[in-house]
Amino acid sequence: MKYHHEVSYWELIKNGIISENIIFRLALSLCPALAVTSKVKYGLLMGIAVLFVHTMVGITVSLIRRFIHQRIRLPIIMLVIATWVTVTDLMMAAYAREAYAVMGLYIQLIVAFASILARAEMFGSKNPVMPSMFDGIGMGLGFLIALVTISFFRELLGSGSVFGFQIVDTRPVFIMMLPTGGFFAVGILMACFNWIDRKYSKKKSSSH
Amino acid sequence: MNLDFTRLFEIFIAASLINNFVFTLYLGLCIFFGVSKKMDTAVGMSITFTSVMVIASALSWVVFNYLMIPLGITFLQIIIFIGIVAGFVQATDTIMRKTAPVLYYKLGIYLALITTNCVILAVPLINARDKYSFIESLAFGMGAGIGFSLALIIMASIREKLELADVPHAFKGLPIAFVVAGLIALAFAGFSGLITL
Repeated sequence: MKYHHEVSYWELIKNGIISENIIFRLALSLCPALAVTSKVKYGLLMGIAVLFVHTMVGITVSLIRRFIHQRIRLPIIMLVIATWVTVTDLMMAAYAREAYAVMGLYIQLIVAFASILARAEMFGSKNPVMPSMFDGIGMGLGFLIALVTISFFRELLGSGSVFGFQIVDTRPVFIMMLPTGGFFAVGILMACFNWIDRKYSKKKSSSH
Repeated sequence: MNLDFTRLFEIFIAASLINNFVFTLYLGLCIFFGVSKKMDTAVGMSITFTSVMVIASALSWVVFNYLMIPLGITFLQIIIFIGIVAGFVQATDTIMRKTAPVLYYKLGIYLALITTNCVILAVPLINARDKYSFIESLAFGMGAGIGFSLALIIMASIREKLELADVPHAFKGLPIAFVVAGLIALAFAGFSGLITL
C-alpha cells in the first residue's frame, strides 16, 4: 500500500478508526480487548499503551526503512516492536503500579499484535515518516475507542459504575464481569456493527 | 531435584482447566476463532501448539535461568523470548521440511502461523513471572497446550453444526462464535475451585 499525496492525514486517521478498525472490522488483537475491559480505566490504559506503541513503531520503521535489507525486514520490525513494548512495559510498571498488577501480562503481549506488524510491514516500511505516524495514530485510536466502548458497557452493566463512579443503583449483572461477559459483550457489539453496516449500505444502494 | 507430583498435577490442572488459556485468560483468540471452523485443522493445530509450547517453555527456562538472571538482563525478557520462539519455530520448519516431508505437509502450514503468537509467548512469560522450576515449567506448558487443544476441539465440533443453523443475519460469522465461546466459558467457570492452590 503506497501512500498517495492526495490522501490527507485526516483520511489516514479515519481509516484506522472506522474502515479498518482493528477490533470490529479486522477482528485482530482480540485477546486484550476481552481481558482488560472489565473496567473503563484498564481499557483506557491498554488503549493508550497500544496507541503509543503503534505510533512509535510506525515512526521508527519508516525512519530506518532505507537501511533495512529486504531479506531481514521482518526480524528487524519484530525487534523494533519488542523494543517499544519493553519501553511501555517498564513505564507502566513504574507509573501505574496498581493497574500493572492486573494487566501486566497483556501489556507484554502487545508484542504479538498482528496489526502492528502488519501495518509496519505494509505501510511504515514504504512511506515517509509523517504519514506513517498518522497511520499509527489512526490505528491506535481505533483500538482505543473500541476498548473504551466495550469496557464502558461491561462496567456499566457489571458493577453499575463508569470510571469507578456509581451511576446506576440497581443490582448489577455480575455475569458481565466474568470472562463469559467479555465474550457476550464483544459478540453483541460486533452484531450491532454488522446490523448498522447492512442498514447503511442498503440505504446507500437504494438511493443510487 | 525432588519431584513433588501433587504440585505438578496441580499446575497441570490449573493451566489446562481452571485458568484455561482461551476461556479464562483470553489468550490466542485470533487463532481460536480463525481455525476452529473445521475439525481437521483444529486437531492439526492442537498437536503443533502443544508440542511447541512444551519445547518453548523448556528452552526459555534454560535461557532465563542460566543466561538472563546471571547477567541481570531480565528486563529484556520480551525481546529474548520472542527471539527464542521465532528462531525455534523457523528451525523446526526447516528441519521438518528436510527430514519428515509427510509430517511437514500435514502440520507445516500451522508452524508459519505461530512464529509470533500471543498464546505461545505467554507460556515463557508466565513461567518467568511465577518462578517455576524446570519440571514445573514443563508441566505448565503441557497443561496450557492441552487446555488450548481442548478449547479448539470443543469449538470446532460446535461450529461444524453451527454452519447448518439458522442464525440472525447480523450474528452470522464471528458474532455468533463469540456468543458460543461465552457459553463454553460459563461452563469452564465451573472448574474454578476444583483445586485450591
